Amino acid sequence: MDALLQISLKLLVNDRGKFFTLIIGITFAVFLMMQMTSMFSGVMYRTAATIYNIGAKVWVMDPSIHIQSDNIPMPNYILDAVRSIKGVKYAAPLYSGSGLVKLSDGTYQATNIIGLDDPTLFGRPTITKGNIYSIYDDNAYIIIKDAEYHKLNNPKIGATFEVNDNRGVIVGIGKALVSGLFGTPTLYTTFSRAISDLPTTRFTISYILLEPKTLNDISNIKKEVKALGYIALTEKEFVDKNKNYYLYQTGLGTNVLIMTLISFIVGLSIAGQTFYTFVLENLEEFGALKAIGAKKSELIKMIFFQSTVVGFLGYGFGILLSSILIALAKLRLPEYAALVTYENLGISFFMVLVIILFSSYLGIRKVTQIDPFDIFRG
Amino acid sequence: MILQARNITKWFGEADNKTYAIKDVSLELNYGEMLYIVGPSGSGKTTLLSVMSGILRPNEGTVTIKDKEIWQLNDDALTEFRLYSIGFVFQDFHLFGKLTSKENVAIPLILQKQEWDYSLAEATKALEIVGLQNRVDLSPSKLSIGEQQRVAIARALITKPDLLIFDEPTASLDGETGKKIISFIRNTVLNDKRAIIVVTHDNRIYDYATRIIRMEDGKIVKETGALSEN
Repeated sequence: MDALLQISLKLLVNDRGKFFTLIIGITFAVFLMMQMTSMFSGVMYRTAATIYNIGAKVWVMDPSIHIQSDNIPMPNYILDAVRSIKGVKYAAPLYSGSGLVKLSDGTYQATNIIGLDDPTLFGRPTITKGNIYSIYDDNAYIIIKDAEYHKLNNPKIGATFEVNDNRGVIVGIGKALVSGLFGTPTLYTTFSRAISDLPTTRFTISYILLEPKTLNDISNIKKEVKALGYIALTEKEFVDKNKNYYLYQTGLGTNVLIMTLISFIVGLSIAGQTFYTFVLENLEEFGALKAIGAKKSELIKMIFFQSTVVGFLGYGFGILLSSILIALAKLRLPEYAALVTYENLGISFFMVLVIILFSSYLGIRKVTQIDPFDIFRG
Repeated sequence: MILQARNITKWFGEADNKTYAIKDVSLELNYGEMLYIVGPSGSGKTTLLSVMSGILRPNEGTVTIKDKEIWQLNDDALTEFRLYSIGFVFQDFHLFGKLTSKENVAIPLILQKQEWDYSLAEATKALEIVGLQNRVDLSPSKLSIGEQQRVAIARALITKPDLLIFDEPTASLDGETGKKIISFIRNTVLNDKRAIIVVTHDNRIYDYATRIIRMEDGKIVKETGALSEN
């Protein structure tokens, strides 16, 4: 390491009180920012659970749909029209709605019901117990074993219940890629049974799931679907649409943004003020260095290096701390909705860079302003 | 001759607020000389010292050190010139409290882009010269004022400069320690290849100068030769 940077590092590290205050301040800020953004990512991920679990490449829907749980049915001819679009390999209808399950003890439980296309079962869950083809049996339902599974009294294969006053039988247990956010259990059945057991409007198709022949066909499919008065979105676009709704239409995004900014300001204040004090306490010594022969660029390098060291250390510790906390929380609460994403890491890193630049600026401004003559003048 | 200052004038402020700190001062300094600049507060000693050492730009006049007119140099070149040619010992020493004595002394060499290990080895040698071989790993806060003064001297000496500047070297010291330090400077630090300028108020150490100039109101009012041979 450059000897000047070694001196700079020693000046920083040997002032233990301020060094640890700086690291703790930035760690705390990063921890808070990561918690906020991870919780937001986790919640957003969960709200799009059905989209991920179904796994279709392209979704066709009514343009008024904001989030996946919106149910605006489309007429059957749209399915035929979509199937005839050039570039469509196959297309299947999907029912997505909610039903009221009456449990054996007489209580009711709201439940998500997914109705899969009868011939293809496109969007089927991974079955852990039973056989997917049992879904064609009379009154057959497959239950997803997630955190909400117990709300239907932990049913086993063969368990019966009432769904909207119709008899239901559990014929299989499946698992979901992503658990939903809203605390309701999920049942899968066929499209035809879903629309017969559950109250529906005149039109019954919630979504059309579509497999393009090639990815290049998607743009043409979108154009053709638009001409029909509907929209076709890729999985990512649908997830983003879902996310943007919560982000911009519900206040959730604003609150998370405010909390993240507050965390940032806390970190900025602690780091900025402590670093400024640190520079102030050594100001005359920096002035003496200037007199001895340190160039302005060398002093800037020293100070920037110091703030970079504490910034990166604080960032590392902050990420570590929030990751440990999320991991521990998930041990106790498997469905804890927090997700560390590269995007979150990037946001926190960017904010730490701003903290580093701001702190450096405060110190550098002070040091570059000091006149060596003042050192002589006392 | 190592230093020549010609017709130095320095004022602060402008128009009605213009205050002259030094007016038309000229002096020369030869190798082997220990020049004292003395005088009351506000007489212009520190301003003259700063101008001659390349820290404060004069309004008028020239300063030539080792045949180089220093105020013709740009900022970076002047800074580098100070680093290689002038050693400074400040009144309050200005040592970094969070570094060891050795590390403080090594800083000028580090600024000269020397390697860490080499700089520290040289710093240890410099501390041996000033008699602090047992204090190299202590921070300045654990040293007496006299020892801190010696660390500051070691820092000024480490680059083997031709010109040494001492600003009130005995101001923080008791009479006895002050004399020891100034005697050390005169007898050990000063040699034929070096010159020293000392700004002081302390008339107890006048005997150690080879020449003394007295300033009042920004002008040299008196110049005397060696008061004694120490």
